[in-house]
Amino acid sequence: MFKHWKQGLVGAVAAATLALPLTAAGALSDDKIKIGVLSDMSGVYKSLEGPGAVIAAQMAIEDFGGSVMGKPIEIISADHQNKPDIGASTAREWIDAKQVDMITALDNSSVALSVQGLAKDKKIITMNTGAGSTALTEEQCSPYGIHYVYDTHALPVGTATAMVKNGGKKWFFITADYAFGHSLRDNTGAVVESLGGEVVGNVNAPLSTNDFSSYLLQAQSSGADVIGLANAGQDTVNAIKQANQFRIVQSGQKLAGMLVFITDVHSMGLDIAQGLQFTTAFVWNQNEETTAWSERFHERHGAMPTMVHAGVYSAVTNYLKAVKETGTDNTDTVRAKLGEMTLNDMFVKGGKIAPNGSMLHDMYLVEVKKPSESKSEWDLLNVVSKIPADQAYISMADTKCSLVN
Amino acid sequence: MTNRILFVLMLVAGLTAPFFAYPVFVMDLLCFALFACAFNLLLGYAGLLSFGHAAFFGGAAYITGYVTKEWGFSPLLGILAGTGFALILGSAFGFLAIRRQGIYFAMVTLALAQIIYFLALQMPFTGGENGLQGIPRGELFGFIDLNNSLAMYYFVFAIFLIGFGIIHRTIHSPFGEVLQAIRENESRALSLGYDVDRFKLLAFVISATLAGLAGATKAIIFQFAALTNAHWQTSGEVILMTLVGGLGTVFGPVVGAVTVGALSHELSAFGSWVQVILGTIFVVCVMVFRRGIVGEIHRLARRKKD
Amino acid sequence: MSMQVILAQALLGLNVGVFYAMLSLGLAVIFGLLNIINFAHGAMYMLGAFIALIGYSFLEQWFGINVQIGFWASLVLVPLLVGLLGVLIERFMLRRLYALDHIYGLLLTFGITLILQGLFSNYFNVSGTPYPGQPESLSGVVNLGFMYFPTYRLFAIVFSLVVCFATWFFIEHTKLGSRLRAGVENPELTQAFGLNVPLMITLTFAFGAGLAGLAGVLAAPIYSVSPLMGADLIIVVFAVVVIGGMGSIMGAILSGLALGLIEGLTKVIYPPAASTVIFFLMVLVLLFRPAGLFGKEK
Repeated sequence: MFKHWKQGLVGAVAAATLALPLTAAGALSDDKIKIGVLSDMSGVYKSLEGPGAVIAAQMAIEDFGGSVMGKPIEIISADHQNKPDIGASTAREWIDAKQVDMITALDNSSVALSVQGLAKDKKIITMNTGAGSTALTEEQCSPYGIHYVYDTHALPVGTATAMVKNGGKKWFFITADYAFGHSLRDNTGAVVESLGGEVVGNVNAPLSTNDFSSYLLQAQSSGADVIGLANAGQDTVNAIKQANQFRIVQSGQKLAGMLVFITDVHSMGLDIAQGLQFTTAFVWNQNEETTAWSERFHERHGAMPTMVHAGVYSAVTNYLKAVKETGTDNTDTVRAKLGEMTLNDMFVKGGKIAPNGSMLHDMYLVEVKKPSESKSEWDLLNVVSKIPADQAYISMADTKCSLVN
Repeated sequence: MTNRILFVLMLVAGLTAPFFAYPVFVMDLLCFALFACAFNLLLGYAGLLSFGHAAFFGGAAYITGYVTKEWGFSPLLGILAGTGFALILGSAFGFLAIRRQGIYFAMVTLALAQIIYFLALQMPFTGGENGLQGIPRGELFGFIDLNNSLAMYYFVFAIFLIGFGIIHRTIHSPFGEVLQAIRENESRALSLGYDVDRFKLLAFVISATLAGLAGATKAIIFQFAALTNAHWQTSGEVILMTLVGGLGTVFGPVVGAVTVGALSHELSAFGSWVQVILGTIFVVCVMVFRRGIVGEIHRLARRKKD
Repeated sequence: MSMQVILAQALLGLNVGVFYAMLSLGLAVIFGLLNIINFAHGAMYMLGAFIALIGYSFLEQWFGINVQIGFWASLVLVPLLVGLLGVLIERFMLRRLYALDHIYGLLLTFGITLILQGLFSNYFNVSGTPYPGQPESLSGVVNLGFMYFPTYRLFAIVFSLVVCFATWFFIEHTKLGSRLRAGVENPELTQAFGLNVPLMITLTFAFGAGLAGLAGVLAAPIYSVSPLMGADLIIVVFAVVVIGGMGSIMGAILSGLALGLIEGLTKVIYPPAASTVIFFLMVLVLLFRPAGLFGKEK
């Protein structure tokens, strides 16, 4: 009798033990998915990401069905005000006390690097759609950090190559004085020099500078063919407008906007911006699929989407897909799944997330239309050429990420 | 008597806080409370308005961050290093500023603090706009892992109590009495034979050092030494906290720091309305509520006695 | 470095310098005559720029008023409006604090600054909104030989200089100005002579505020309008006033211009020091000539 009882007990314990991993794998921590959108909601990068990113994330959740495995999906958002300490402490509180499972947006490379570093320690996935610095996937790469839309390597491969081949051999940089600006300038300088060009000078301007006149005049007196603007958002718009006021382009130099968004072109107007060439990952009216989505976005946001907004939609959708397919929100599991998936949606075709976190996808060189060519308020860009993923992004053989090499 | 009650309340609240609120947030409040207490020593008791205290707060954070991250200092030694830096900087600032009176004194402290701010922005080791990131929490005394929130919290609370204690002792000592006499009537104190400048300088240095202690601790908590800590707006925030809480009272700055800190945190979803609210509180305090919260509590307590 | 570059950067420095001069002039008038440190001076500058912007672009959108207040109208209207705010602040708030320690006046104006900044930050981007109302007559460039200089900026320089010197002349060399100065030196005696001293004080504060607002309107086409445009400037303006001498009108003007030039040239010779150089000078002046280069110690 005792023997049977023992067998029964062992059997029961065995059954219970086998059952455990199944329950754990099929569970979502806190019984929901919470996605954090941390962006500049009030300052220099507000229009390229900001509140639009929250809308894009909401659209992704709604299109996904509003829930995953029967559990709700929530969004939490905050303004990092371009201060890395506010970004880091907000992310820390989200992770420690608000049960956030994934953080996206994260424009401003300083904020991005600090949050990615924190998320690495705390084992939370970040899908960065807004920042540019290659440090995110190179020197400071993380097993849980994904860099989704563009980086400072891809941008000059498109823009600088085109400009050097058109005769712009000598470059002078006006650089936003923080992580992103430095990264963009260094990467662009490398491309210029590899094509036989020369970097003749550089001047650093604080982020969110209102008056570029002094820097532009220094650029003018340097004798450079091209003035490279290693900045973005409002800074780029101000620099280009003022270059116009001081007749710099008319005096013979070219301006290279290394990171330009459609919202910047709209803000400057075609009179000033026409002919400007830059590299992007997404053009809203490129095809039927993108146009349909963009018009839905425009209805809710009031402006057409930038590549970053489209990227947020795609990133959130693919994250939710990965959670659904693995049946869990466990960080390692989901990250592994994301690495296996081939990404296909209105934003990206044949995209792959590499081991260093970089999302490899094609980029496009575009040119701003002349006023006479534009058929509507937001019809502002012509696609000039496609830059395939393997040229745009650093290959796994060359990456400095310690996870790979 | 009121003070004794307030002290017990503060002790109980501090010991139980991590179980009711997010520990990192309470630690942030404690740092600002210490910073405000240090500032209050100078303004409320010595009568000197400094517009540059952020230089000590932010500067100490950088030093602590650097020595723990790059040179492997233990957290305690790191905090001491940052505090030591604030002591030296405070002595230098004090020496230069004390020669001037009133508004000129405030202007000198502001100018000197701006120089520190721009140095912090430019020097390579501070990381400029990016700040000094990845500061390790480390192990206290070699075995208490400060990555544990509770351990870190009680460490910070202990630091706060020590700093608070130093200020309390300073205020209630013969030195403190002379300081208050100088604040009331400087020429009379002079005529009584006191070396007024010496007293003011010493008060300034103590205040600067403890402000540095607060900043150094903050660097370890957040594992981040940010440029904003050295910006003059941080100097402004601490003035607000001290005023709201009660200038020249022992517990005023603590109450003020908790009030302003909690308000900013809870209302952060409202964006810039927080600034409007804080500004309005400031104006109201200056116009009709000069005693601050604790000042009013003291007045009510005195009334009750009669 | 060529003469061309130096001249160009000097002119740009002068461009900034006239704003320093106008703002420090307003601050010096208020301090020199009233012994009040108006921390809200930067916010009043910002307010002036925003009133101009709202008057030009937002009256229809926000209030349904189909009117557009152009640049020239703003130049007259805005200083009056900001001056009016100055009257309200002085009459109903600052006046009650005169009997107390000076720091309360400073703290009050600091609080007002936070309110104004926070208010506008809710509706406008902190990194700036462009002002589209630059008059057609002033657009375009002037070919100075060593550079092309936007016509508007040239106008702003000339206009500011005229305003600065007119103010100085008014205060130092007219009867009304001397009455003002008497009122501050010895209010009881001046009042005994039948002059309404409190009214003069209110009007002086309003005048200083109005000057700040005027500077804001002038700045809008050049620098775009941001809730923080005053905050960034006010600290520098304090330095200018201290260097020039807190009671000296001419000192404020000359120091503002000179410091703009110094800052502009430092930007070219050694950029990292450009923001710091003014504060170094301020510390030196405070240590060796605390009354400022042109001031008289009170």
